[in-house]
Amino acid sequence: MNARFGTAPDLVDAMTAERAGRSRRRRIVIGVMLLVLAAVFVLTLTVGQSVTPIGDVIRVIMGERVPGASFTVGTLRLPRATLSIVTGLCFGLGGVAFQTMLRNPLASPDIIGISASASAAAVFAIVILSLTGPAVSAFAIAGGLGIAILIYLLSFREGVVGARIILIGIGLAAMLHSFIAYVLSRAAAWDYNDALRWLTGSVNGATWGEVLPALAALVIFGGMLLGRSRALEMLRLGDDTAAALGVRVSRTRIVVLVAAVGLISFATAAAGPIAFVAFLSGPIAARIVRRNGPLLVPGALVGALLVLLCDYAGQFLLGTRYPVGVVTGALGAPFLIYLIVRANRAGGSL
Amino acid sequence: MTATASIDGDSGGAAWRRPNRARLLWLLATLALFAALCLLSIAVGSRCVPWSEIFSALGGATDTIGEAAVTKRIPRTVMAALAGASLALCGAAMQGATRNPLAEPGLLGINMGAALAVVVGMVWFGLATAAAYVWTAIAGAAVAAVFVYAVASLGRGGVTPLKLALAGAATTVAFTSFVTAIVLRRSDLAEGVQSWQIGGVGGATFDSVVQVLPFLAAGFLLAMLSARRLNTLALGDELAAGLGERVAIARAVAALGAVLLCGATTAVCGPIAFVGLLVPHVVRLLVGIDYRWVLPFSALGGACLLMAADIVGRIIARPMELDVGIVTAFIGAPVFIWIVRNFRVREL
Repeated sequence: MNARFGTAPDLVDAMTAERAGRSRRRRIVIGVMLLVLAAVFVLTLTVGQSVTPIGDVIRVIMGERVPGASFTVGTLRLPRATLSIVTGLCFGLGGVAFQTMLRNPLASPDIIGISASASAAAVFAIVILSLTGPAVSAFAIAGGLGIAILIYLLSFREGVVGARIILIGIGLAAMLHSFIAYVLSRAAAWDYNDALRWLTGSVNGATWGEVLPALAALVIFGGMLLGRSRALEMLRLGDDTAAALGVRVSRTRIVVLVAAVGLISFATAAAGPIAFVAFLSGPIAARIVRRNGPLLVPGALVGALLVLLCDYAGQFLLGTRYPVGVVTGALGAPFLIYLIVRANRAGGSL
Repeated sequence: MTATASIDGDSGGAAWRRPNRARLLWLLATLALFAALCLLSIAVGSRCVPWSEIFSALGGATDTIGEAAVTKRIPRTVMAALAGASLALCGAAMQGATRNPLAEPGLLGINMGAALAVVVGMVWFGLATAAAYVWTAIAGAAVAAVFVYAVASLGRGGVTPLKLALAGAATTVAFTSFVTAIVLRRSDLAEGVQSWQIGGVGGATFDSVVQVLPFLAAGFLLAMLSARRLNTLALGDELAAGLGERVAIARAVAALGAVLLCGATTAVCGPIAFVGLLVPHVVRLLVGIDYRWVLPFSALGGACLLMAADIVGRIIARPMELDVGIVTAFIGAPVFIWIVRNFRVREL
């Protein structure tokens, strides 16, 4: 009897220690990811077609004019690297939010048509309405939100079932893809490379004008998502369990949906629907941090690393200059197979 | 167990014994529609041609511009009818073979597999003849079909509609990336491939029709011959095996027919989505679930749908033309959504 009473505090101690260990491990992993991201960021700024000394890079960032380096680093590399990171963070966060909410790693916004819709709206605004700048972003966001609402309403029948959302999204995505291809084929003045940006995503020729709206979206919608992080984690257990644990399921769903769609749409307006980044980030992050807490932050970091690295590889490592979306799209295929095989063996998702 | 089986059997039997007279009426109506659409497809276009010139053009004259325009519309009409029939038949056969309401060559990435194979053949193996394109496209379609089905069948619950659609969508994105990656190195091919991303029958000639005809005929035959087997398969694998059906062979024959049909069609027309999904479902509403009726009706209905879509595409954006792939996508997606809302969807 005494022995049995004695175990309870031990168990609590053990659990506390275990939890402390987990959160320490998690902090270490996130710290390492941040370091790697910073290292890659510096690498892309210094080494390109020509090598710029790191001192010059820092002086350009501080706002000094350095002959030669100001143009390469300040005008070409810095906006491009920043746009890669910002869109990567947006796609990563949005993807993880969708995958967690719908409890399915394949239910990412690039597969269920959110990115396709934002892209279709942007292409429509540019080619048919001859708009530029913020108006295009506005169209992309309206498109992304519009399709998300449409998917939600169409799948509403005796409650919303995750599977139905995914299937309806796939159907709409197929329709939108042929719409994009059609509008692009109408725009005779465009060459294939311009069109590719809206078909697969690219950060070629990035400017600060593209970075800023995406950055603003990252701060606002990213903040909204992180604020709901715990509720989102509980949704993973199932709607009923989450409700029993005190989560207001419908409200959480709507907030998460709006935030995730906002992130994806702004990122798409800036860089096109970069293929598979939203799909890949969450599952890769889950493999890095194991089961230590929410995936939002690690997922976002993985997204940023993916875009930055794949863009760098597409520029310099593969012979021809490929836009980043082509590289990530080709990477996604083998990972998809791996994911399906592994997820089924383990019997779980993500 | 026995109780549910007998109930299922009864309700199936009711649909099975739908009066043949109703079916024959529907057949006549569809045939009349087909004939009307054939005439319309030849008569209607961006140029208005008087009937007298249409009839003289059908007789072989190409003297006036109107007659020449009509002469160009004839192979296009034939191609639209053939492509529509093939895609719809392919969809019906795939739905039967996989016992899955969402099986369709466009959504499952099979058309994209055919496209990828042709691009790889053009760039790396120097293929240049239309016959070679058709062979390569069929091979690509076969590989893609096996791949998507294998991916979807991994794991718990077998091949659910959800897993099949997801595997297809993801495969499509991946294949599209590969096509883009290959084409970016060869800017001389970019134009042709870009116009190929939307399916269309506008460029059809009698030569291209003749090229694919043997493949379509073979696929048609295989699909039609598997009608009875598909009926048995519809009872479920165990029951079909119990009735003496060799399930794997039945499935393989139907799938081979389907792959031949959609591969050959894609080689000429590019990827046209949703026809294979939409037509068989409408046909089932009209004639019931007996595949001996569903398959031929789907072929006829598919031909009607694609010709109608082609005609609409020619009229709606005058003087420009809307590719038939766009029109079918915009008709097909709502039907897809209707199917998803009305079938009970199993979770992944």
